[in-house]
Amino acid sequence: MSADYAIEISSCTHRYGARVAVDQLSLSIERGEVFVFLGPNGSGKTTLFRVLSTLIPLQGGEISILGDDLRRAANAIRCKLGVVFQAPSLDKKLTVAENLHHQGKLYGLGGSELRDRIDQMLSAVGIADRAADLTETLSGGMRRRVELAKGLLHRPQLLLLDEPSTGLDPGARSDLWKYLHQIRDSDGVTIVLTTHLLEEADRADRIAIMHEGKLAALDTPAALQASVGGDAITIRTPRPTELADAIRVKFNCDVTVLDGCVRLEQPEGHQWIPRLVEAFPAEIETITLGKPTLEDVFIDRTGHRFWNEEKKSDGK
Amino acid sequence: MASSAITSVPSLPVVLTLAQRELVRFFRQRNRVIGALVQPIMFWGLFSLGLRGNDLGFAFFFPGTIAMILLFTAIFATISIIEDRREGFLQSVLVAPAPRWAMVMGKILGGSAIALLQALLFLALGCVTLGLPGSPLEIVLSIVLMAVLAIALTGLGFLLAWRMESTQGFHAIMSVFLFPMWLLSGALFPDDPQSWITFISRFNPLTYGVAGLRHYLHFGDETMVNALPSLPVCWGVSLSFALLMVVLSWRIAATRTTGDLL
Repeated sequence: MSADYAIEISSCTHRYGARVAVDQLSLSIERGEVFVFLGPNGSGKTTLFRVLSTLIPLQGGEISILGDDLRRAANAIRCKLGVVFQAPSLDKKLTVAENLHHQGKLYGLGGSELRDRIDQMLSAVGIADRAADLTETLSGGMRRRVELAKGLLHRPQLLLLDEPSTGLDPGARSDLWKYLHQIRDSDGVTIVLTTHLLEEADRADRIAIMHEGKLAALDTPAALQASVGGDAITIRTPRPTELADAIRVKFNCDVTVLDGCVRLEQPEGHQWIPRLVEAFPAEIETITLGKPTLEDVFIDRTGHRFWNEEKKSDGK
Repeated sequence: MASSAITSVPSLPVVLTLAQRELVRFFRQRNRVIGALVQPIMFWGLFSLGLRGNDLGFAFFFPGTIAMILLFTAIFATISIIEDRREGFLQSVLVAPAPRWAMVMGKILGGSAIALLQALLFLALGCVTLGLPGSPLEIVLSIVLMAVLAIALTGLGFLLAWRMESTQGFHAIMSVFLFPMWLLSGALFPDDPQSWITFISRFNPLTYGVAGLRHYLHFGDETMVNALPSLPVCWGVSLSFALLMVVLSWRIAATRTTGDLL
Protein backbone atom coordinates (compact mmCIF):
# COMPACT_ATOMS: atom_id res chain seq x y z
CA MET A 1 0.00 0.00 0.00
CA SER A 2 1.15 3.50 -0.76
CA ALA A 3 2.43 5.91 1.87
CA ASP A 4 0.95 8.83 -0.08
CA TYR A 5 -2.41 8.26 1.50
CA ALA A 6 -3.33 9.11 5.06
CA ILE A 7 -5.82 6.27 5.14
CA GLU A 8 -6.36 3.43 2.70
CA ILE A 9 -9.30 1.16 3.39
CA SER A 10 -9.82 -1.94 1.33
CA SER A 11 -12.87 -4.20 1.78
CA CYS A 12 -13.27 -3.36 5.46
CA THR A 13 -16.03 -5.37 7.08
CA HIS A 14 -17.08 -5.34 10.71
CA ARG A 15 -19.77 -7.42 12.39
CA TYR A 16 -21.38 -7.28 15.81
CA GLY A 17 -22.58 -10.87 16.05
CA ALA A 18 -24.84 -11.38 13.04
CA ARG A 19 -25.30 -7.68 12.34
CA VAL A 20 -23.00 -6.23 9.70
CA ALA A 21 -22.07 -2.69 10.75
CA VAL A 22 -19.49 -1.99 8.04
CA ASP A 23 -19.84 -3.87 4.78
CA GLN A 24 -16.98 -4.26 2.26
CA LEU A 25 -16.00 -0.61 2.50
CA SER A 26 -13.12 0.63 0.36
CA LEU A 27 -11.79 4.16 -0.02
CA SER A 28 -8.64 6.28 0.27
CA ILE A 29 -8.10 9.55 2.07
CA GLU A 30 -5.26 11.76 0.91
CA ARG A 31 -2.79 13.43 3.24
CA GLY A 32 -3.82 16.94 4.18
CA GLU A 33 -7.44 16.33 3.33
CA VAL A 34 -10.43 17.38 5.45
CA PHE A 35 -12.62 14.34 5.03
CA VAL A 36 -16.10 13.67 6.38
CA PHE A 37 -17.96 10.42 6.88
CA LEU A 38 -21.60 11.48 6.69
CA GLY A 39 -24.46 9.21 7.61
CA PRO A 40 -27.37 8.84 9.96
CA ASN A 41 -26.88 7.02 13.26
CA GLY A 42 -26.52 3.32 12.57
CA SER A 43 -24.90 3.83 9.17
CA GLY A 44 -21.63 2.29 10.36
CA LYS A 45 -19.54 5.43 10.56
CA THR A 46 -18.90 5.22 14.31
CA THR A 47 -17.88 1.56 13.99
CA LEU A 48 -15.47 2.56 11.25
CA PHE A 49 -14.17 5.35 13.49
CA ARG A 50 -13.48 2.85 16.29
CA VAL A 51 -11.58 0.59 13.92
CA LEU A 52 -9.53 3.49 12.53
CA SER A 53 -8.78 4.80 16.03
CA THR A 54 -7.40 1.32 16.99
CA LEU A 55 -10.03 0.98 19.72
CA ILE A 56 -11.50 -2.20 18.23
CA PRO A 57 -9.61 -4.70 16.08
CA LEU A 58 -9.97 -4.84 12.31
CA GLN A 59 -12.04 -7.91 11.46
CA GLY A 60 -12.11 -8.19 7.68
CA GLY A 61 -10.23 -6.39 4.91
CA GLU A 62 -7.09 -4.28 5.00
CA ILE A 63 -6.47 -0.80 6.38
CA SER A 64 -3.29 1.21 6.09
CA ILE A 65 -2.92 4.42 8.10
CA LEU A 66 -0.06 6.85 7.33
CA GLY A 67 1.76 4.04 5.57
CA ASP A 68 1.49 1.51 8.43
CA ASP A 69 -0.62 -1.61 8.42
CA LEU A 70 -3.37 -1.35 11.05
CA ARG A 71 -3.21 -5.02 11.98
CA ARG A 72 0.54 -5.30 12.35
CA ALA A 73 1.67 -1.83 13.41
CA ALA A 74 -1.16 -0.47 15.56
CA ASN A 75 1.29 1.07 18.03
CA ALA A 76 3.24 2.96 15.37
CA ILE A 77 -0.09 4.29 14.13
CA ARG A 78 -1.19 5.32 17.64
CA CYS A 79 1.90 7.55 17.96
CA LYS A 80 0.88 9.53 14.87
CA LEU A 81 -2.83 9.56 15.49
CA GLY A 82 -4.90 12.07 17.46
CA VAL A 83 -8.34 10.91 18.51
CA VAL A 84 -11.28 13.00 19.73
CA PHE A 85 -14.13 10.80 20.86
CA GLN A 86 -17.79 11.69 20.79
CA ALA A 87 -18.15 10.76 24.46
CA PRO A 88 -16.15 12.98 26.81
CA SER A 89 -12.78 11.52 27.76
CA LEU A 90 -11.69 14.08 30.34
CA ASP A 91 -11.18 13.27 34.02
CA LYS A 92 -13.60 15.65 35.72
CA LYS A 93 -11.72 15.57 39.03
CA LEU A 94 -8.57 16.88 37.40
CA THR A 95 -7.84 20.38 36.19
CA VAL A 96 -7.62 21.19 32.52
CA ALA A 97 -3.81 21.32 32.66
CA GLU A 98 -3.61 18.05 34.62
CA ASN A 99 -5.75 16.29 32.05
CA LEU A 100 -3.39 17.41 29.32
CA HIS A 101 -0.36 16.53 31.43
CA HIS A 102 -1.47 12.90 31.80
CA GLN A 103 -2.34 12.75 28.12
CA GLY A 104 1.15 13.99 27.24
CA LYS A 105 2.77 11.30 29.38
CA LEU A 106 0.72 8.63 27.63
CA TYR A 107 2.26 9.84 24.38
CA GLY A 108 5.84 10.00 25.65
CA LEU A 109 6.03 13.75 26.22
CA GLY A 110 7.46 15.21 29.41
CA GLY A 111 9.32 18.01 31.13
CA SER A 112 9.43 21.55 29.78
CA GLU A 113 8.51 20.35 26.28
CA LEU A 114 5.18 19.08 27.63
CA ARG A 115 4.56 22.21 29.69
CA ASP A 116 5.19 24.46 26.69
CA ARG A 117 3.02 22.34 24.50
CA ILE A 118 0.14 22.44 27.01
CA ASP A 119 0.34 26.26 27.19
CA GLN A 120 0.49 26.42 23.42
CA MET A 121 -2.54 24.17 22.90
CA LEU A 122 -4.65 25.86 25.57
CA SER A 123 -3.96 29.24 23.96
CA ALA A 124 -4.73 27.81 20.53
CA VAL A 125 -8.19 26.66 21.62
CA GLY A 126 -8.71 29.82 23.66
CA ILE A 127 -8.97 28.49 27.21
CA ALA A 128 -5.56 29.31 28.64
CA ASP A 129 -7.25 31.23 31.48
CA ARG A 130 -9.06 28.08 32.65
CA ALA A 131 -5.93 25.86 32.84
CA ALA A 132 -6.06 25.56 36.64
CA ASP A 133 -9.82 24.94 36.86
CA LEU A 134 -11.32 21.53 37.49
CA THR A 135 -12.76 20.14 34.28
CA GLU A 136 -16.13 19.56 35.94
CA THR A 137 -16.56 23.34 36.32
CA LEU A 138 -16.27 23.93 32.55
CA SER A 139 -19.20 24.35 30.17
CA GLY A 140 -19.88 21.71 27.54
CA GLY A 141 -18.40 23.80 24.77
CA MET A 142 -15.23 24.46 26.74
CA ARG A 143 -14.82 20.78 27.50
CA ARG A 144 -14.99 20.04 23.78
CA ARG A 145 -12.15 22.50 23.30
CA VAL A 146 -10.08 20.70 25.94
CA GLU A 147 -10.84 17.43 24.15
CA LEU A 148 -9.53 18.95 20.94
CA ALA A 149 -6.40 20.24 22.70
CA LYS A 150 -5.94 16.75 24.16
CA GLY A 151 -6.21 15.11 20.74
CA LEU A 152 -3.69 17.51 19.19
CA LEU A 153 -1.23 17.67 22.09
CA HIS A 154 1.32 15.23 20.65
CA ARG A 155 1.25 16.84 17.16
CA PRO A 156 -0.50 14.00 15.36
CA GLN A 157 -0.30 13.78 11.57
CA LEU A 158 -3.86 12.56 11.43
CA LEU A 159 -6.72 13.76 13.60
CA LEU A 160 -9.83 11.59 13.93
CA LEU A 161 -12.95 13.18 15.38
CA ASP A 162 -16.21 11.39 16.08
CA GLU A 163 -19.22 13.72 15.87
CA PRO A 164 -17.15 16.69 17.10
CA SER A 165 -20.03 19.17 16.86
CA THR A 166 -22.21 17.33 19.35
CA GLY A 167 -23.35 19.77 22.03
CA LEU A 168 -21.79 22.81 20.35
CA ASP A 169 -23.84 25.90 19.52
CA PRO A 170 -23.58 27.19 15.93
CA GLY A 171 -20.94 29.78 16.85
CA ALA A 172 -18.71 27.21 18.55
CA ARG A 173 -19.24 24.80 15.67
CA SER A 174 -18.09 27.46 13.23
CA ASP A 175 -15.00 28.15 15.38
CA LEU A 176 -14.20 24.44 15.45
CA TRP A 177 -14.31 24.20 11.67
CA LYS A 178 -12.18 27.29 11.29
CA TYR A 179 -9.61 25.79 13.64
CA LEU A 180 -9.63 22.42 11.87
CA HIS A 181 -8.98 24.10 8.54
CA GLN A 182 -6.28 26.22 10.15
CA ILE A 183 -4.27 23.27 11.50
CA ARG A 184 -4.65 21.50 8.19
CA ASP A 185 -3.28 24.55 6.39
CA SER A 186 -0.46 25.34 8.85
CA ASP A 187 0.67 21.84 9.89
CA GLY A 188 -0.66 19.68 7.08
CA VAL A 189 -2.69 17.60 9.54
CA THR A 190 -5.14 15.28 7.84
CA ILE A 191 -8.58 15.71 9.41
CA VAL A 192 -11.09 12.88 9.31
CA LEU A 193 -14.40 13.27 11.06
CA THR A 194 -17.82 11.70 11.26
CA THR A 195 -21.03 13.64 11.41
CA HIS A 196 -24.74 13.17 11.02
CA LEU A 197 -25.18 16.92 10.45
CA LEU A 198 -25.83 17.58 6.78
CA GLU A 199 -25.23 21.29 7.13
CA GLU A 200 -21.66 20.92 8.31
CA ALA A 201 -20.52 18.18 5.97
CA ASP A 202 -20.14 20.59 3.06
CA ARG A 203 -17.23 22.28 4.80
CA ALA A 204 -15.12 19.21 4.02
CA ASP A 205 -12.89 18.70 1.01
CA ARG A 206 -14.57 15.39 0.33
CA ILE A 207 -17.53 13.56 1.77
CA ALA A 208 -18.17 9.85 2.02
CA ILE A 209 -21.88 9.24 2.46
CA MET A 210 -22.49 6.04 4.38
CA HIS A 211 -25.66 4.03 4.38
CA GLU A 212 -26.16 0.67 6.10
CA GLY A 213 -22.44 0.08 6.38
CA LYS A 214 -21.78 0.73 2.72
CA LEU A 215 -20.37 3.67 0.81
CA ALA A 216 -23.32 5.37 -0.88
CA ALA A 217 -21.35 8.23 -2.45
CA LEU A 218 -17.87 9.73 -2.36
CA ASP A 219 -16.92 13.09 -3.83
CA THR A 220 -16.49 16.81 -3.14
CA PRO A 221 -19.58 18.55 -1.73
CA ALA A 222 -20.03 20.55 -4.94
CA ALA A 223 -19.72 17.50 -7.19
CA LEU A 224 -22.16 15.54 -5.05
CA GLN A 225 -24.70 18.34 -5.18
CA ALA A 226 -24.22 18.78 -8.92
CA SER A 227 -24.79 15.06 -9.43
CA VAL A 228 -28.42 15.33 -8.38
CA GLY A 229 -29.00 17.38 -11.49
CA GLY A 230 -31.80 19.71 -10.53
CA ASP A 231 -32.75 22.73 -8.50
CA ALA A 232 -34.88 22.43 -5.41
CA ILE A 233 -38.02 24.60 -5.28
CA THR A 234 -39.62 24.92 -1.86
CA ILE A 235 -43.05 26.47 -1.38
CA ARG A 236 -44.53 27.50 1.96
CA THR A 237 -48.27 27.29 1.97
CA PRO A 238 -51.08 26.89 4.52
CA ARG A 239 -52.35 23.71 2.80
CA PRO A 240 -49.33 21.82 1.43
CA THR A 241 -51.09 18.55 0.55
CA GLU A 242 -53.78 20.24 -1.52
CA LEU A 243 -51.25 22.42 -3.32
CA ALA A 244 -49.01 19.45 -4.06
CA ASP A 245 -51.94 17.61 -5.61
CA ALA A 246 -52.90 20.64 -7.65
CA ILE A 247 -49.34 21.08 -8.98
CA ARG A 248 -49.15 17.40 -9.85
CA VAL A 249 -52.39 17.61 -11.84
CA LYS A 250 -51.51 20.83 -13.62
CA PHE A 251 -47.86 20.19 -14.50
CA ASN A 252 -47.74 16.38 -14.40
CA CYS A 253 -44.49 16.23 -12.38
CA ASP A 254 -43.10 14.76 -9.12
CA VAL A 255 -44.03 16.82 -6.09
CA THR A 256 -43.34 15.96 -2.45
CA VAL A 257 -44.43 17.37 0.88
CA LEU A 258 -41.58 17.59 3.39
CA ASP A 259 -41.86 19.22 6.81
CA GLY A 260 -45.04 21.12 5.84
CA CYS A 261 -43.49 22.51 2.65
CA VAL A 262 -44.10 21.57 -0.96
CA ARG A 263 -40.94 20.52 -2.79
CA LEU A 264 -40.11 20.03 -6.42
CA GLU A 265 -36.80 19.12 -7.99
CA GLN A 266 -36.51 20.31 -11.56
CA PRO A 267 -33.72 21.30 -13.91
CA GLU A 268 -33.82 25.01 -14.82
CA GLY A 269 -35.68 25.69 -11.60
CA HIS A 270 -35.82 29.44 -12.15
CA GLN A 271 -38.18 28.98 -15.08
CA TRP A 272 -40.62 27.18 -12.82
CA ILE A 273 -40.99 30.04 -10.36
CA PRO A 274 -43.15 32.38 -12.50
CA ARG A 275 -45.19 29.47 -13.79
CA LEU A 276 -46.04 28.29 -10.28
CA VAL A 277 -46.73 31.74 -8.91
CA GLU A 278 -49.03 32.59 -11.81
CA ALA A 279 -50.87 29.28 -11.52
CA PHE A 280 -51.46 29.46 -7.73
CA PRO A 281 -51.21 33.11 -6.68
CA ALA A 282 -53.42 32.69 -3.62
CA GLU A 283 -51.93 29.53 -2.19
CA ILE A 284 -48.23 30.42 -2.18
CA GLU A 285 -46.87 32.31 0.83
CA THR A 286 -43.20 32.13 -0.10
CA ILE A 287 -41.31 30.30 -2.79
CA THR A 288 -37.58 29.64 -2.72
CA LEU A 289 -35.17 28.24 -5.22
CA GLY A 290 -32.07 26.43 -4.00
CA LYS A 291 -29.25 24.28 -5.22
CA PRO A 292 -29.64 20.64 -4.16
CA THR A 293 -28.53 19.92 -0.61
CA LEU A 294 -26.57 16.96 0.71
CA GLU A 295 -29.85 15.57 1.91
CA ASP A 296 -31.04 15.55 -1.69
CA VAL A 297 -27.86 13.66 -2.56
CA PHE A 298 -28.54 11.18 0.22
CA ILE A 299 -32.13 10.64 -0.94
CA ASP A 300 -30.98 10.31 -4.51
CA ARG A 301 -28.30 7.71 -3.74
CA THR A 302 -30.07 5.61 -1.15
CA GLY A 303 -33.76 6.09 -1.87
CA HIS A 304 -34.27 6.97 1.82
CA ARG A 305 -34.79 10.12 3.78
CA PHE A 306 -31.81 10.91 5.97
CA TRP A 307 -33.72 11.29 9.23
CA ASN A 308 -36.35 8.60 8.72
CA GLU A 309 -33.50 6.23 8.29
CA GLU A 310 -32.19 7.07 11.72
CA LYS A 311 -35.45 6.05 13.39
CA LYS A 312 -35.46 2.78 11.54
CA SER A 313 -31.85 2.05 12.53
CA ASP A 314 -32.47 2.87 16.17
CA GLY A 315 -35.26 0.34 16.27
CA LYS A 316 -32.99 -2.49 15.13
CA MET B 1 4.09 18.89 7.44
CA ALA B 2 3.79 18.08 11.10
CA SER B 3 6.02 15.20 12.00
CA SER B 4 5.75 13.40 15.28
CA ALA B 5 9.13 12.74 16.80
CA ILE B 6 7.88 9.89 18.94
CA THR B 7 8.03 6.32 17.74
CA SER B 8 7.78 4.49 21.05
CA VAL B 9 6.64 5.56 24.48
CA PRO B 10 8.66 4.91 27.67
CA SER B 11 6.63 2.86 30.13
CA LEU B 12 7.72 4.15 33.52
CA PRO B 13 6.34 7.71 33.10
CA VAL B 14 3.05 6.15 32.00
CA VAL B 15 2.90 3.98 35.13
CA LEU B 16 3.76 6.93 37.35
CA THR B 17 1.39 9.39 35.74
CA LEU B 18 -1.57 7.01 35.97
CA ALA B 19 -0.72 6.08 39.57
CA GLN B 20 -0.41 9.75 40.44
CA ARG B 21 -3.81 10.39 38.89
CA GLU B 22 -5.37 7.80 41.23
CA LEU B 23 -3.91 9.54 44.27
CA VAL B 24 -4.93 13.02 43.14
CA ARG B 25 -8.47 11.82 42.46
CA PHE B 26 -8.62 10.17 45.86
CA PHE B 27 -7.55 13.24 47.80
CA ARG B 28 -9.89 15.51 45.80
CA GLN B 29 -12.91 13.47 46.87
CA ARG B 30 -13.13 14.50 50.49
CA ASN B 31 -15.91 12.07 51.41
CA ARG B 32 -13.71 9.20 50.21
CA VAL B 33 -10.85 10.38 52.42
CA ILE B 34 -13.02 10.87 55.48
CA GLY B 35 -14.79 7.54 55.00
CA ALA B 36 -11.47 5.81 54.60
CA LEU B 37 -10.18 7.25 57.87
CA VAL B 38 -13.28 6.90 60.02
CA GLN B 39 -14.52 3.49 58.94
CA PRO B 40 -11.58 1.35 60.11
CA ILE B 41 -11.37 3.14 63.45
CA MET B 42 -15.07 2.59 63.94
CA PHE B 43 -14.89 -1.10 62.99
CA TRP B 44 -11.84 -1.66 65.15
CA GLY B 45 -13.61 -0.12 68.15
CA LEU B 46 -16.90 -1.89 67.56
CA PHE B 47 -15.42 -5.36 67.05
CA SER B 48 -13.08 -5.02 69.99
CA LEU B 49 -15.77 -3.75 72.36
CA GLY B 50 -18.64 -5.82 70.95
CA LEU B 51 -16.78 -9.11 71.17
CA ARG B 52 -15.22 -8.34 74.54
CA GLY B 53 -17.00 -11.39 76.00
CA ASN B 54 -14.52 -13.55 74.03
CA ASP B 55 -11.66 -11.80 75.84
CA LEU B 56 -9.85 -10.88 72.64
CA GLY B 57 -9.25 -7.19 73.21
CA PHE B 58 -8.24 -4.37 70.89
CA ALA B 59 -4.90 -5.96 70.01
CA PHE B 60 -6.43 -9.05 68.42
CA PHE B 61 -8.50 -7.08 65.94
CA PHE B 62 -5.69 -4.75 64.99
CA PRO B 63 -4.01 -6.81 62.22
CA GLY B 64 -7.47 -7.84 60.98
CA THR B 65 -8.48 -4.21 60.70
CA ILE B 66 -5.34 -3.49 58.69
CA ALA B 67 -6.31 -6.32 56.36
CA MET B 68 -9.77 -4.80 56.08
CA ILE B 69 -8.34 -1.38 55.22
CA LEU B 70 -6.12 -2.91 52.57
CA LEU B 71 -8.91 -5.01 51.13
CA PHE B 72 -11.59 -2.34 50.91
CA THR B 73 -9.43 0.61 49.97
CA ALA B 74 -7.70 -1.39 47.29
CA ILE B 75 -10.97 -2.71 45.97
CA PHE B 76 -12.65 0.70 46.00
CA ALA B 77 -9.71 2.17 44.18
CA THR B 78 -10.16 -0.34 41.38
CA ILE B 79 -13.89 0.30 41.12
CA SER B 80 -12.72 3.52 39.51
CA ILE B 81 -11.85 1.45 36.43
CA ILE B 82 -15.60 1.12 35.89
CA GLU B 83 -15.98 4.89 36.29
CA ASP B 84 -13.05 5.45 33.93
CA ARG B 85 -14.83 3.32 31.38
CA ARG B 86 -18.22 4.97 31.85
CA GLU B 87 -16.85 8.49 31.96
CA GLY B 88 -14.79 7.91 28.85
CA PHE B 89 -11.32 8.46 30.31
CA LEU B 90 -10.36 4.86 29.59
CA GLN B 91 -10.98 5.07 25.85
CA SER B 92 -8.34 7.74 25.41
CA VAL B 93 -5.87 5.60 27.38
CA LEU B 94 -6.68 2.59 25.20
CA VAL B 95 -5.86 4.39 21.93
CA ALA B 96 -2.61 5.86 23.29
CA PRO B 97 0.66 4.20 22.27
CA ALA B 98 1.49 3.43 25.92
CA PRO B 99 1.91 -0.30 26.55
CA ARG B 100 -1.10 -2.00 28.06
CA TRP B 101 0.86 -3.44 30.98
CA ALA B 102 1.96 0.08 31.96
CA MET B 103 -1.67 1.11 32.11
CA VAL B 104 -2.48 -1.89 34.34
CA MET B 105 0.47 -1.23 36.64
CA GLY B 106 -0.42 2.46 36.92
CA LYS B 107 -3.88 1.55 38.10
CA ILE B 108 -2.71 -1.17 40.49
CA LEU B 109 0.16 0.83 41.99
CA GLY B 110 -2.04 3.91 42.40
CA GLY B 111 -4.73 1.93 44.19
CA SER B 112 -2.13 0.12 46.30
CA ALA B 113 -0.51 3.40 47.32
CA ILE B 114 -3.84 4.73 48.60
CA ALA B 115 -4.47 1.51 50.53
CA LEU B 116 -0.97 1.41 51.97
CA LEU B 117 -1.11 5.05 53.01
CA GLN B 118 -4.22 4.40 55.04
CA ALA B 119 -2.85 1.22 56.55
CA LEU B 120 0.22 3.20 57.64
CA LEU B 121 -1.93 5.87 59.26
CA PHE B 122 -3.80 3.17 61.12
CA LEU B 123 -0.56 1.47 62.14
CA ALA B 124 0.64 4.78 63.54
CA LEU B 125 -2.59 5.07 65.50
CA GLY B 126 -2.02 1.54 66.86
CA CYS B 127 1.53 2.38 67.92
CA VAL B 128 0.28 5.45 69.77
CA THR B 129 -2.61 3.73 71.54
CA LEU B 130 -1.22 0.21 72.11
CA GLY B 131 2.52 0.85 72.17
CA LEU B 132 5.16 -0.30 69.69
CA PRO B 133 4.23 -3.81 68.51
CA GLY B 134 7.73 -5.04 67.63
CA SER B 135 11.28 -4.23 66.68
CA PRO B 136 11.88 -1.60 63.98
CA LEU B 137 12.83 -4.39 61.54
CA GLU B 138 9.60 -6.24 62.25
CA ILE B 139 7.58 -3.09 61.69
CA VAL B 140 9.37 -2.39 58.40
CA LEU B 141 8.80 -5.98 57.26
CA SER B 142 5.15 -5.75 58.20
CA ILE B 143 4.86 -2.64 56.04
CA VAL B 144 6.49 -4.44 53.11
CA LEU B 145 4.00 -7.25 53.59
CA MET B 146 1.17 -4.71 53.62
CA ALA B 147 2.42 -3.35 50.32
CA VAL B 148 2.45 -6.84 48.81
CA LEU B 149 -1.08 -7.45 50.07
CA ALA B 150 -2.23 -4.07 48.74
CA ILE B 151 -0.91 -4.98 45.28
CA ALA B 152 -2.53 -8.42 45.42
CA LEU B 153 -5.90 -7.01 46.47
CA THR B 154 -5.86 -4.11 44.00
CA GLY B 155 -5.01 -6.65 41.32
CA LEU B 156 -7.95 -8.76 42.43
CA GLY B 157 -10.17 -5.68 42.21
CA PHE B 158 -8.86 -4.88 38.73
CA LEU B 159 -9.60 -8.41 37.59
CA LEU B 160 -13.15 -8.24 38.89
CA ALA B 161 -13.86 -4.71 37.65
CA TRP B 162 -12.39 -4.90 34.15
CA ARG B 163 -15.35 -6.60 32.53
CA MET B 164 -18.00 -4.89 34.60
CA GLU B 165 -20.18 -2.20 33.18
CA SER B 166 -21.73 -0.87 36.37
CA THR B 167 -20.62 -0.23 39.92
CA GLN B 168 -23.84 -1.86 41.14
CA GLY B 169 -22.56 -5.19 39.87
CA PHE B 170 -19.39 -4.62 41.79
CA HIS B 171 -21.28 -4.09 45.04
CA ALA B 172 -22.91 -7.50 44.61
CA ILE B 173 -19.48 -9.10 44.22
CA MET B 174 -18.30 -7.27 47.29
CA SER B 175 -21.06 -8.66 49.49
CA VAL B 176 -20.90 -12.27 48.36
CA PHE B 177 -17.18 -12.60 47.69
CA LEU B 178 -14.96 -9.91 49.17
CA PHE B 179 -16.56 -9.45 52.55
CA PRO B 180 -16.65 -13.23 53.22
CA MET B 181 -13.05 -13.35 52.03
CA TRP B 182 -12.17 -10.98 54.86
CA LEU B 183 -14.37 -12.80 57.41
CA LEU B 184 -12.63 -16.08 56.52
CA SER B 185 -9.11 -14.71 56.72
CA GLY B 186 -8.60 -15.02 60.47
CA ALA B 187 -9.05 -11.28 60.72
CA LEU B 188 -12.19 -11.54 62.84
CA PHE B 189 -12.33 -15.08 64.21
CA PRO B 190 -9.36 -16.45 66.13
CA ASP B 191 -7.75 -19.65 64.88
CA ASP B 192 -9.39 -22.78 66.19
CA PRO B 193 -8.21 -26.18 64.83
CA GLN B 194 -11.65 -27.69 65.55
CA SER B 195 -13.50 -25.07 63.53
CA TRP B 196 -14.50 -25.48 59.89
CA ILE B 197 -14.01 -21.73 59.51
CA THR B 198 -10.32 -22.16 60.24
CA PHE B 199 -10.21 -25.07 57.79
CA ILE B 200 -11.75 -23.01 55.01
CA SER B 201 -9.55 -20.05 55.83
CA ARG B 202 -6.46 -22.07 54.89
CA PHE B 203 -7.64 -21.94 51.23
CA ASN B 204 -7.94 -18.17 51.39
CA PRO B 205 -4.75 -16.35 50.33
CA LEU B 206 -5.65 -13.38 52.52
CA THR B 207 -5.36 -15.64 55.61
CA TYR B 208 -1.62 -15.78 55.03
CA GLY B 209 -1.39 -12.01 54.83
CA VAL B 210 -3.27 -11.57 58.11
CA ALA B 211 -1.17 -14.32 59.71
CA GLY B 212 2.03 -12.64 58.52
CA LEU B 213 0.92 -9.38 60.08
CA ARG B 214 0.18 -11.19 63.35
CA HIS B 215 3.72 -12.62 63.29
CA TYR B 216 5.24 -9.14 62.97
CA LEU B 217 2.90 -7.02 65.03
CA HIS B 218 2.98 -8.38 68.57
CA PHE B 219 0.20 -6.31 69.96
CA GLY B 220 -1.30 -8.97 72.18
CA ASP B 221 -1.48 -12.61 73.14
CA GLU B 222 1.37 -14.62 71.59
CA THR B 223 0.08 -18.17 72.15
CA MET B 224 -2.40 -17.94 69.33
CA VAL B 225 0.24 -16.84 66.81
CA ASN B 226 2.08 -20.18 67.10
CA ALA B 227 -0.87 -22.03 65.54
CA LEU B 228 -0.83 -19.82 62.45
CA PRO B 229 0.98 -20.67 59.21
CA SER B 230 4.70 -19.95 59.50
CA LEU B 231 6.25 -16.73 58.20
CA PRO B 232 7.92 -18.24 55.11
CA VAL B 233 4.59 -19.75 54.12
CA CYS B 234 2.87 -16.41 54.69
CA TRP B 235 5.41 -14.62 52.46
CA GLY B 236 5.32 -17.32 49.81
CA VAL B 237 1.54 -17.31 49.52
CA SER B 238 1.23 -13.50 49.68
CA LEU B 239 3.90 -12.91 47.02
CA SER B 240 2.40 -15.57 44.75
CA PHE B 241 -1.04 -14.07 45.29
CA ALA B 242 0.20 -10.61 44.28
CA LEU B 243 2.13 -11.92 41.26
CA LEU B 244 -0.82 -13.99 40.06
CA MET B 245 -3.23 -11.07 40.36
CA VAL B 246 -0.91 -8.70 38.48
CA VAL B 247 -0.35 -11.20 35.68
CA LEU B 248 -4.05 -12.02 35.39
CA SER B 249 -4.94 -8.30 35.37
CA TRP B 250 -2.45 -7.70 32.61
CA ARG B 251 -3.84 -10.64 30.63
CA ILE B 252 -7.45 -9.55 31.01
CA ALA B 253 -6.63 -5.96 30.05
CA ALA B 254 -5.08 -7.22 26.82
CA THR B 255 -8.48 -8.60 25.82
CA ARG B 256 -10.97 -6.11 24.51
CA THR B 257 -14.41 -5.95 25.99
CA THR B 258 -17.65 -4.62 24.61
CA GLY B 259 -17.44 -2.23 27.54
CA ASP B 260 -14.63 -0.44 25.72
CA LEU B 261 -17.34 0.85 23.46
CA LEU B 262 -19.53 2.50 26.04
